[in-house]
Amino acid sequence: MGSGEKNAGAASTRAATAAGPAACTAAASGPAATAAAAPAGPAGRAGVGVDVGSTATKVAVVDAYGELVYTALMPTGYSSVDAAARARECLEAAGFSPDRSGVRVVATGYGRVAVPFADKVVTEITCHGRGAARLFGGQGTVVDVGGQDTKVIRLRGGRVIKFVMNDKCAAGTGRFLEVMADRLGVGHDELSELARAGEPIKISSMCTVFAESEVISLVGRGEPRESIARGVVESVVGRVATLAGSAGGAAPYFLTGGLCDNAYVVERLSATLGAPVTTCPEARYAGAIGAALAALDLG
Amino acid sequence: MSDALADTVAADAATAAAATAAAPAAELPRTFEEFNEQRRQSFLKVKDFKQAGGRLVGYLCSYTPLEVIDAAGASAVGLCGTSDEVIPAAEEVLPANLCPLIKSTYGFAYSQKCPFTHFSDLIVGETTCDGKKKMYELLGELKPTHILHLPQGRSRAHEREGWYQEVLGLKEALERTYGIQITDDDLREAARLRNRLRRATLALFELQRSEPPAMSGVELMSTMFAGTFNFDVRAYVESLERLYEERCAAPAAGAPAAKRILITGCPVGGVIGKVGATIERNGGVVVCEDDCGGERTNRFMVDEDAPDILRAIADRYLKINCSVMTPNDDRFAATREMIEKYHVDGVIECVLTACHTFNVEAVRMERAVEEAGVPYMKVETDYSSGDLGQLETRIAAFIETL
Repeated sequence: MGSGEKNAGAASTRAATAAGPAACTAAASGPAATAAAAPAGPAGRAGVGVDVGSTATKVAVVDAYGELVYTALMPTGYSSVDAAARARECLEAAGFSPDRSGVRVVATGYGRVAVPFADKVVTEITCHGRGAARLFGGQGTVVDVGGQDTKVIRLRGGRVIKFVMNDKCAAGTGRFLEVMADRLGVGHDELSELARAGEPIKISSMCTVFAESEVISLVGRGEPRESIARGVVESVVGRVATLAGSAGGAAPYFLTGGLCDNAYVVERLSATLGAPVTTCPEARYAGAIGAALAALDLG
Repeated sequence: MSDALADTVAADAATAAAATAAAPAAELPRTFEEFNEQRRQSFLKVKDFKQAGGRLVGYLCSYTPLEVIDAAGASAVGLCGTSDEVIPAAEEVLPANLCPLIKSTYGFAYSQKCPFTHFSDLIVGETTCDGKKKMYELLGELKPTHILHLPQGRSRAHEREGWYQEVLGLKEALERTYGIQITDDDLREAARLRNRLRRATLALFELQRSEPPAMSGVELMSTMFAGTFNFDVRAYVESLERLYEERCAAPAAGAPAAKRILITGCPVGGVIGKVGATIERNGGVVVCEDDCGGERTNRFMVDEDAPDILRAIADRYLKINCSVMTPNDDRFAATREMIEKYHVDGVIECVLTACHTFNVEAVRMERAVEEAGVPYMKVETDYSSGDLGQLETRIAAFIETL
């Protein structure tokens, strides 16, 4: 879980309950920080990506050379319009106002149409594919576990050649983990720590609502919390692996989205897929980074 | 007339009157809205048609041998449900986890909201998929229903013979219903007219081969779907032929840069607005509708000059490539032909929720399309608006990858 703390954006969001400029943090790690000082920084051309997801809104900025210079993350909350407005405040505070000449904006995510300052709207499939290609290379399979859906995207030569989505039910999504963590009375991260210590119990219900009832019966039966947590993680991982199989996914696998700092999930996913799964703290921003690169193309 | 039906007709009368004032000529619908409007108007006409002694036979599938109905001097009207309006009513009887087309069709009969169903003298169905054939047993409690036993394949001689006997049985049932004799001459004349209709339909489809295509796919789909509720085949053929002439003279109206999409799979009449319009709003244009109302069905002609005309009619219908048949390899071959013919950039397979035959056959369709080097995506949807957001994302993303 240590990698997550290094990500200033993610950490600040957890601290900020009322999202606002407090959530605006420049990426403080890796090549992004060095690039921020490059001549093509705030004064030059920049591509801005705004990824309004169901749970979190992610912002990424790339400079004229396509280097990542800024990221921010905030809860989307009830209104994607408000989330977009907060994203704008962050951008202005960081010197990347969408009104500035040379700054182009692409919006993506389920709330993509709610971003009034976007020059273009691109779907999250294309953006995640492009962002992942940037972070991990253009050959492989991207697994994005999002708040409301899970996507598996196959990349070849940096282009999306095939994708499948689980967008009809919450099985295998971040939402499933959230609901079950709540039911077990633990936080998101605690859930995986608990799971690590447990023996797997099979949770057979795919439907989140039914699975919650199943968890309640397991709790009632006195099963250890650790084992139920393990069952929950295995359920999500199994569902994601099936989806990857139906897309004809092949190694290497890259994990993007909100679970990228969850080392235990990464470990279990890799074991279930029988192949290494690579991720990095910036992978949370893959959609926004892809959108920012697409924005740069707009010239 | 039931109260529910009276209400529908009364409410529709007001809208129809307003529409007639604006557009007096009975033209073919060009938009999905016009299509809906015309359907409402024909709801009103059907009552007059019946009162004037008209014969009306409802059908539910492209396997229905329409020439036999035409030859009985009856008008054939499609009763496939395409709206989710009556699905809650249908679910009072039918299980929820069933194809929306089946639920909607039954729902219209059960709630008495469809005048076509209400005024049909007879409803003709076939033993196609499991959901339909069992629903017909329940539909039979509400309306006189005649079921043709459709074989599950066409490669064995007894299957062809059995189907011929079923078509003969339909002819006899109609003769009994109306107290008439259907002659070979009646059948041959009907076959000639239906073939002319098929040729006119194909000619219109083929206009989409041009780049950019002649028109938006939603327009073409709406126009074609109107054929299922036209009482007068000859007048409908003539209007299609006129439309073809007009279209040939008019400049291409399809978006030039749009990606050329072929839609295959289940009947798409109920999702023209949902899937078709979403494709065309997101940088695509439907150049080929490869469902049972499309080219793959319309290109089969009846041998008008065959010595045994009834057998020729039966043979023609058995060629239709629906996923209820096994094996059904000709469907993949036809789709691959269409991909080349219409210069298709991507194939979207539309599966209606719980349609097992198309959903399973999609595995082989995906292979067939991808072997041809063309991207493929399957979407599973129904008539509700619940998945509009997800559908938009999938379709837009697919078009972005092309």
